[in-house]
Amino acid sequence: MANKISDETIEYVGILAKLELSGEEKEKAKTDMEKMLDYIDTLNELDTEGVTPMSHVFPVNNVFREDVASQKDGRWDTLANAPKSKDNSFKVPKTIG
Amino acid sequence: MAKQYETVIGLEVHVELATKTKIFCSCSTEFGGAPNTHTCPVCTGMPGSLPVLNKKVVEYAMAIGLATNCDITRVCKFDRKNYFYPDNPQNYQISQLYLPIARNGYVEIEVGDIKKKVRIHEMHMEEDAGKLIHDEWDDTSLVDYNRSGVPLVEIVSEPDMRSADEVIAYLEKLRMIIQYLGASDCKLQEGSMRADVNLSVREAGTEKFGTRTEMKNLNSFKAIARAIEGERERQIELLEEGKAVVQETRRWDDNKEASYAMRSKEDAQDYRYFPEPDLVPIVISDEWIEQIRSKQPELQTEKLKRYKEEFDIPQYDAKIITGSKHMADIFEAASAICGKPKKVSNWLMVETLRLLKEHNMEAEEIAFSPENLAKLVELTESRVINSSVAKEVFEKIFAENIDPEIYVEEHGLKTVNDEGALEETLKKVIEDNPKAVADYRGGKEKALGALVGQTMKAMKGKADPGLVTQRLRELLALPE
Repeated sequence: MANKISDETIEYVGILAKLELSGEEKEKAKTDMEKMLDYIDTLNELDTEGVTPMSHVFPVNNVFREDVASQKDGRWDTLANAPKSKDNSFKVPKTIG
Repeated sequence: MAKQYETVIGLEVHVELATKTKIFCSCSTEFGGAPNTHTCPVCTGMPGSLPVLNKKVVEYAMAIGLATNCDITRVCKFDRKNYFYPDNPQNYQISQLYLPIARNGYVEIEVGDIKKKVRIHEMHMEEDAGKLIHDEWDDTSLVDYNRSGVPLVEIVSEPDMRSADEVIAYLEKLRMIIQYLGASDCKLQEGSMRADVNLSVREAGTEKFGTRTEMKNLNSFKAIARAIEGERERQIELLEEGKAVVQETRRWDDNKEASYAMRSKEDAQDYRYFPEPDLVPIVISDEWIEQIRSKQPELQTEKLKRYKEEFDIPQYDAKIITGSKHMADIFEAASAICGKPKKVSNWLMVETLRLLKEHNMEAEEIAFSPENLAKLVELTESRVINSSVAKEVFEKIFAENIDPEIYVEEHGLKTVNDEGALEETLKKVIEDNPKAVADYRGGKEKALGALVGQTMKAMKGKADPGLVTQRLRELLALPE
């Protein structure tokens, strides 16, 4: 494998993803990421000079909705699978805004 | 000599758009519903749900872009901004990074006699996040997603402002333009307009920008002005002590009049943006732009010009009235009904502004109808009521939008036109106040005021003071 993921990088990605990884998990994730980067390197072999970056495969534009409100009360469906709820709200560990 | 510092300020302004539905689903954007009533799988980020863009959002964004002299991006698209926080159920916010809908605009501001342009770097469309409410009872947070997916535009200025006054002028101008367009109500207190302040200081005369901080949680013009002053002082103090300003996000606490750092370096803002695969690009044609342009309402500058031609009111008054679309609408409608723009303008400029200030209200919150104001003007002009009664009635109109005709009738406030009663009262007042009478005849003009007052009091305020004054002068001119 040509690409190397450093300990700092895996630590940083862990922080961004809010994940706490064990040493073993970190090593495994590093190997996976290195493989992904190697794959990207393969793609980079293609000459894309002058090609507009593409974000969609289908030649479809302008798919819109009209501004008409649904009258449905969504709270029961929304909260149906909430692990914890209170006062029609999701209950989560204390979070400081 | 102490060093002189210049403050450099750029703003990021979020505005909630006045659509009926959210940006990517049909849930209502109505404010104040019970928690999570206005939610669906899309705005709560359920797996497998697909966003569909609200056309009205694009149109409002185009309207704001055009009114702020921006170039509209002909092919624009959405991107995902990734971060983890309970107010963001998808773990990403759909926003625009690479191809925002509008770029390179400006608005003109006026501070004192100085006019200047504040450039707009870009404006993009995005979705709002949910709301977290801290639950004191069991020390947890409760999440309400009613606001999740409410459409926003974020307007990013260039660092073109140099003082709190310029910042306020810029915000007031933006707010006025957006309110004129009907694209948002722009209420700072309710959060439908929010401003983040990017501020740095540099020694006067230097070119290079200093390190900036970003300040959040500013929900009134006063808080913004105080936060700017506070942050300027803090940064200058650091520099004077030979310390460095740290680039960070700070939260302003308006009660403590101080800010504190929100995010530390370890928690870096790395949003890993990438193109949103669930939404197709938006292609904006010339025809569509023209269609939006042709529907743009008359903005303040055009209104001022028209007022100058149509109404005989001072330029200053016209400027204040047209400063709020709502006030201008009331002025025009009331003037059309009663045909007396000057009188209508007076009620707005004097009593309305006084009451707004007294109640700490914005012009947009004026709740009376132009019909009732027009009726009041007519009642006063036809001398059915006198001016002090009119003021009292106006306060009722301002507070409760009462119909002045009915109110005057029910409360017996009409000026008494019974000449007999007035003459009798005048006679009695003259008899009872020999000193004032003598003083007036002796050349003391002031004494007449006392006699008018006595008469008005005896008539329970329902006489026409003009008429009373006139009759008193006539009676007292007669030989004793």
